[in-house]
Amino acid sequence: MKSLGNIRREFAPWNNPDAKPYIQFKNVTKQFGDFTAVNNLSLSIYEREFFALLGASGCGKSTLLRMLAGFEEPTSGQILLDGQDLRGIPPYRRPVNMMFQSYALFPHMTVEQNIAFGLKQDGMAKADIEKRVAEMLKLVKLSQFAKRKPHQLSGGQRQRVALARAVAKRPKVLLLDEPLGALDKKLREETQFELMDLQQTLGLTFVVVTHDQEEAMTMADRIAIIDKGEVMQVATPAEVYEAPGSRFVADFVGNINTFEGKVADRNGAGATISSADLLIRTSNAGEIPVGTEVAFAIRPEKIKVSSKRPETGDNVMEGEVYDIAYLGDMTIFHVKLGDGQVVKASSLNATRATDDPLSWDDKAWISFRQDAGVVLTR
Amino acid sequence: MKGLVAAVTNRLVILVPYVWLLVFFLVPFLIVFKISLSTTAIAMPPYTPVLTLQDGLSALWAQFGEFSFDNYLWLTEDPLYFNAYLSSVVIAGISTFLTLLVGYPIAYGMARAPATIRPTLLMLVILPFWTSFLIRVYAWIGILKPEGLLNQVLLATGIIDQPLVILNTHSAIFIGIVYSYLPFMILPLYSALEKMDFSLIEAAQDLGCTPVGAFWKVTFPLSLPGVIAGCLLVFIPAVGEFVIPDLLGGSQTLMIGKTLWNEFFANRDWPVSSAVAVILLLLLVVPIMFFQQAQARAQEEGR
Repeated sequence: MKSLGNIRREFAPWNNPDAKPYIQFKNVTKQFGDFTAVNNLSLSIYEREFFALLGASGCGKSTLLRMLAGFEEPTSGQILLDGQDLRGIPPYRRPVNMMFQSYALFPHMTVEQNIAFGLKQDGMAKADIEKRVAEMLKLVKLSQFAKRKPHQLSGGQRQRVALARAVAKRPKVLLLDEPLGALDKKLREETQFELMDLQQTLGLTFVVVTHDQEEAMTMADRIAIIDKGEVMQVATPAEVYEAPGSRFVADFVGNINTFEGKVADRNGAGATISSADLLIRTSNAGEIPVGTEVAFAIRPEKIKVSSKRPETGDNVMEGEVYDIAYLGDMTIFHVKLGDGQVVKASSLNATRATDDPLSWDDKAWISFRQDAGVVLTR
Repeated sequence: MKGLVAAVTNRLVILVPYVWLLVFFLVPFLIVFKISLSTTAIAMPPYTPVLTLQDGLSALWAQFGEFSFDNYLWLTEDPLYFNAYLSSVVIAGISTFLTLLVGYPIAYGMARAPATIRPTLLMLVILPFWTSFLIRVYAWIGILKPEGLLNQVLLATGIIDQPLVILNTHSAIFIGIVYSYLPFMILPLYSALEKMDFSLIEAAQDLGCTPVGAFWKVTFPLSLPGVIAGCLLVFIPAVGEFVIPDLLGGSQTLMIGKTLWNEFFANRDWPVSSAVAVILLLLLVVPIMFFQQAQARAQEEGR
């Protein structure tokens, strides 16, 4: 497969067969009574990786994090950290620290005391604690708030105290449970980059749990998509988006159009897929034989909409505009094709006015290249 | 106009508790205080002067001259009173501490119980109030006496071969107070612990605290308002407790509630017993007021 790009190009230990995973889940199952939260799950996370566990609420991603922190023990299976089996090691002896979703700041202690808490438990010398706390406060830009109590801080400041407290002990791994969940949208976007910078500066391994795909896409080196306690796909954000491994992943991450159908014909790496009245030509069919039930999936931004029939194009289809959503930066057209299937196509509003205005019920053509979509068998 | 009505109603609403306190606390206190300044007399009521307006204002004024603090002086002269105050405070203090020891785990267990069964547990804590306090304390005599239930069980199981003497000792008083006042300790503790976010304990453990360490560094400090409220609710009535030491403590127990009773009913010395009551009130109210002020200040500084 062609490279789909990676933000930190030089950092890809998962492609190196000699690299040793730092954290390993080996066939881990966790049951709460009759409920299976995590089902025979295996996963490898590498040192200095920013790893995201992405899934809907109740999918088991938080349970994975809590098992790593030591608050839950797996019902069966093994969790290894740097080669050491973690079974039976209580949370207070694990070299991992967690940033809680609720932040869990101690309300009866000042910001300073909160950050120093873990260091005191380690029996660090007083002068060293003071130095480390000052350093942490500077890192999260809260030096002037050292003497405040948590309830005197804003949500964003509290989040940073929680972060400083969790990294103060220099853990091997930092676990973050929905770290940005309680922040508003603007602050969340800023904080995402701060977190990434912090991870680079400290050189720690981050494991973050989130239900927000944008958050995972922005921050993580790799994302594990979790559903019903199982891993659906582990890949870089670009791979997850451009080459989803299954219908679930394709649908879960971003917007996508799927055409259910069959492989009608093969020629080399390409194929023709028949879906209702459509024939879709694609070049990304792998080794799938003729007759296989497949879904052809394509992102809305890869489909072009126009009011006139495009002169060229691998796939050109006719329909009429069914719905228009104007979002400012882009417009999403819902185009109803002849056979009744509705296709979402988004177009970037690069200029303020368009020469090709499309309105409700107008005749429209959609077109896309044959390498624009993926063929899913699962 | 509307604003005026609202302002007046607001005042009235605030006035209600003040009037309540005035009528049912301050006025009775002033009456007791007045009696404590009088002298005993073989009369009905058994003290003089009895303030009346029968003989005109000047006679009433003359009666004020008869007031004296002799009864308070008398309290300092006889060591009985000092010892009774001291022993009451000590017994109440020990009982309060024991109640805390018993009540804390119960309140903690309730706060961590599944939310669905918490109302039932609360109900169970309050349930003893359905029976008369006097009867419940009486029942303890049947349990604690030498041939009582407890000794029979212990003898039958072979844990002891001689009946334990519990009734008519301080131990019986402690048992009685702990049993009777336990709900007053549990309820404020429960409400403090229930509010607590239990992820704080996980955070403490995550940062390297053992479970025991996390309790003392996080849970206990955060439950402190509940601990203080519970201790005050037990300590204050326990100091003046009369029924429990009288029924379970036997004759040699010295407690101020019993002393007061004796002065009032056995000696018919209303003025001295009133002085005992006034001193008891000052002894309890003044430190508590200081304490509450300090707490309010601490709360303002930042919870």
